[in-house]
Amino acid sequence: MRPRTVIAALVLTALAGLVVWSVGDLTPFGTPSGDADAVARRLVRDRHVANTVNGVTYDLRALDTLGEELILFLAGLGSAVLLRHGRGEEVEEERGDEEAPPRTADLLRVAGALLVGPVVVLGVYVVVHGHLGPGGGFQGGVMLAAGLLLVYAAGQVVALERVEPTALVEVAESSGALAYALVAVGGLVFGGAALFNFLPLGTTGDLLSAGTIPVLSVAVGVEVTGATALILTEFLDQTLLRGGE
Amino acid sequence: MSALQDVALLAVALGGTATVLVRDPVRQALVSGGFGFSLSVLFFSVQAPDVALSQIVVATVAVPVMVLLTLAKLRRDDDRER
Repeated sequence: MRPRTVIAALVLTALAGLVVWSVGDLTPFGTPSGDADAVARRLVRDRHVANTVNGVTYDLRALDTLGEELILFLAGLGSAVLLRHGRGEEVEEERGDEEAPPRTADLLRVAGALLVGPVVVLGVYVVVHGHLGPGGGFQGGVMLAAGLLLVYAAGQVVALERVEPTALVEVAESSGALAYALVAVGGLVFGGAALFNFLPLGTTGDLLSAGTIPVLSVAVGVEVTGATALILTEFLDQTLLRGGE
Repeated sequence: MSALQDVALLAVALGGTATVLVRDPVRQALVSGGFGFSLSVLFFSVQAPDVALSQIVVATVAVPVMVLLTLAKLRRDDDRER
């Protein structure tokens, strides 16, 4: 046996032991108690938010989410900077020696086209209802970006170029990030603390309730849709679109 | 633990092992998509639907697509050089 294998086996065994040890005395599923229960009740009482997860993400720890959102923003920006073709660079040479890309199977095209509508509707629903049920800006945002990917799977490369002009995707990415930052500043102005929940809380369970939580969720949704779509567009661009036909 | 949790845990263990054992990157991307889906089922079964929702899209759609696109690009560049 090579020393590498021995070391790997030892480390993995130790890791497995640690995992078993740490999982051993977790509280059982479905029965929140102690702190977890207190946080859930507190969020319903003080913030009128039914989904504790998003109450934490967009209120109690909204600053963490601001950081995460900016990370994604920069990731999108970075992939655009790295992957985008420079003006005229290579693109001209690539034309001509390319054979036509293989045709997409009809079944895939039909399935893709049929799924676009439902996926986009579900994505918007998940973004908007983050404070009421499972979901929120990030989950809905990646769904919306996946919906745009389905347009590609349906073989509508041309339609994709039209549906998803890079400029619009870039605007979505930056305006989502900006909106989140503006809400953070709004808290500073109206409540004396960054990301203070300064909007009316409404009735728990209503679509318009929980103050800034749904607003932040929508901002994140727009930003995530933009960033994910931008990254996917750049990958598609590099691989398929340019020099394809 | 419910039966669904048992099945999901087993699927995660098998899927993770399979992802490591498959050597061809194209197949690996697809197998890892299946592995990601089994993880999302596990998250659902332990009452974490928020995580499961993002897991479904990120692990079964976004990551495999990016890997496959990268592989396609690399292969095309290889073909051109030959």
